Amino acid sequence: MKRSATPYLFLLPYLAIFALFWAWPILESLLLSFQNTRVSPPVWNLSINWGRILGDAAFWDALRNTVLILVIQVPLMLALATALAVALNSQLLRVKGFFRFAFFAPVVVGAVAYSAVFRLLFNQNGAVNAFTGLELNWIFDPVGAMAVIIITLTWRWTGYNAIIILAGLQSIPKDLYEAAEIDGASPWQQFWRITVPSLRPVLLFCLVLSIIGTLQLFTEPWLITNGGPGTATTTLGVYLYRQGFQNINFGYASTIAYAITLLALVFSIIQLRLFGRES
Amino acid sequence: MKRRLWWRSFWLHLFLTPLALLWLAPLWLMFVFSTHPEIAIFSTPTPILPGNQFAANLQSLQADTNFLRSLFNSVMVAGIYTVLSIFLTSLAGYAFARFEFWGKGLLFSLVIATLTIPYFAVVIPQFILVAREAKTLLAILIGMAVFGGIAALLAWLRFSPTLGRALWVGYAVAALAYLFLGVPALREAMTFDFRLTNTWWAVILPSLANSLGVFFMRQNFLSVPMSLLEAARIDGAGEFRIFFRIALPLVLPAMAALAIILFLASWNDYLWPLLVLSDREMQTAPVALGSLIGLTRVSWGGIMVGAVMTTLPFLVLFLFLQRYFIAGITAGGVKD
Repeated sequence: MKRSATPYLFLLPYLAIFALFWAWPILESLLLSFQNTRVSPPVWNLSINWGRILGDAAFWDALRNTVLILVIQVPLMLALATALAVALNSQLLRVKGFFRFAFFAPVVVGAVAYSAVFRLLFNQNGAVNAFTGLELNWIFDPVGAMAVIIITLTWRWTGYNAIIILAGLQSIPKDLYEAAEIDGASPWQQFWRITVPSLRPVLLFCLVLSIIGTLQLFTEPWLITNGGPGTATTTLGVYLYRQGFQNINFGYASTIAYAITLLALVFSIIQLRLFGRES
Repeated sequence: MKRRLWWRSFWLHLFLTPLALLWLAPLWLMFVFSTHPEIAIFSTPTPILPGNQFAANLQSLQADTNFLRSLFNSVMVAGIYTVLSIFLTSLAGYAFARFEFWGKGLLFSLVIATLTIPYFAVVIPQFILVAREAKTLLAILIGMAVFGGIAALLAWLRFSPTLGRALWVGYAVAALAYLFLGVPALREAMTFDFRLTNTWWAVILPSLANSLGVFFMRQNFLSVPMSLLEAARIDGAGEFRIFFRIALPLVLPAMAALAIILFLASWNDYLWPLLVLSDREMQTAPVALGSLIGLTRVSWGGIMVGAVMTTLPFLVLFLFLQRYFIAGITAGGVKD
């Protein structure tokens, strides 16, 4: 093949946008986190934001809330998604179309729309209390508010993960199951000995996506509970929005953004260390 | 044996049916609530069948936010974004799949690495780029020049290494100057003289840097038989002609799946449009709807009408085009 500029011409339009709106901002965020942006013009001050974040109780609250969602909602959702995917893949299931629609439909619903619906459902005079006979004031109770966020996220994302897991299931060779069947393995044994090990890469992929998604959770807590009551559902995303776009402190918000990025990096490294060698 | 299978099937349905109904309930109630006045929504028992107040709720929603205008904005933003994004990502994906060139591995890993970087890492500089006065345009020009420079340079390197090295030094100097002189100058006056904000472009431009789309298109171009393209090349067709006439038509189904997912992601996007669209006339539907939530004077019936109108078309499409939605999602999901 002769040497030519053609590939670069194909890449140029995309790379121009990529450079301007992704590559440069990643660097710019880091530079901003070392500046005091509360004065005009902003001045370099290497420690002002990073020093502040270490002692900032509100940041640690937000981090704790985010980690709480990570350790409760993500495993719950992935377990449910795996169960659903196996069930939806079963030969024994009738009216598959209905079940698929029921669980996959939330995939097309926007965060604002379902946040509005769930806020309404969990209102003190709302449908959930009416149907269950409870009299909980969900949104204004710290535990209740967190429960609503977790339920909402699970409703929206379980089907999404089930779709990915289902695709993984369908790539497992059928004869593995047939051989196990002949050897007399029960469905339960088949699930733990064949399905789960084969799904490992897919489940890891879902886990990584969910972790990154949770780290930047914003719309649901912002619209359903407004981060409250108090700071009970203030996630890192909500805190970043408050600092950056309500207090207009871009420097400190960039520091929070980089803290989130570092967290994502740490999780990726752990995941690579634990599982990287096999795949 | 048969009997055991019957029981298994029975338990399976017994477990799944209530769960499925529970999953559908929020969607059904959203639709039901959009047809009732607020007083009915909060009364016991909760209405579970549609009423006849949809038109009245729509009217109150329209009065609160000019919702029809925001729907129009959403259609235009998502539509323009989808077309442009498909175009850019297929050009780039094709280059990564079909050409060997200097810097390919590095560029591709750079693009892919951004998939694991949280969106927040770029949102503030993106906002500064878009929200600041005419400097934004200047910044775009500089960015174009810098990366146009890189691309041209890389091409040049292949013909004359000596000249290439000299140009690399020149480029490094220019980049450093840009970093230390240009950027502080761009940021100097922190006055909020909005330029791109409250335009469709403010929403569209930054999202065009969609690395997942590039990855998705690359995977699909890889599956196109190389021999077809080589045959066209031997017949003397130009590279762009081969791309548009032969390669693109072969990946149309994949493009359709990507287009659906991109349109939906853009349609449902909230944080970025919230940041750059403050003018009521320019807001997209999610931003308009979000601005109502939490305000006590607004009717919840109206909000539910908005939720239904932004959701229902896609639910109906999903019923018919499930295959394409799922193809787009299993390709690796889309950032939101």
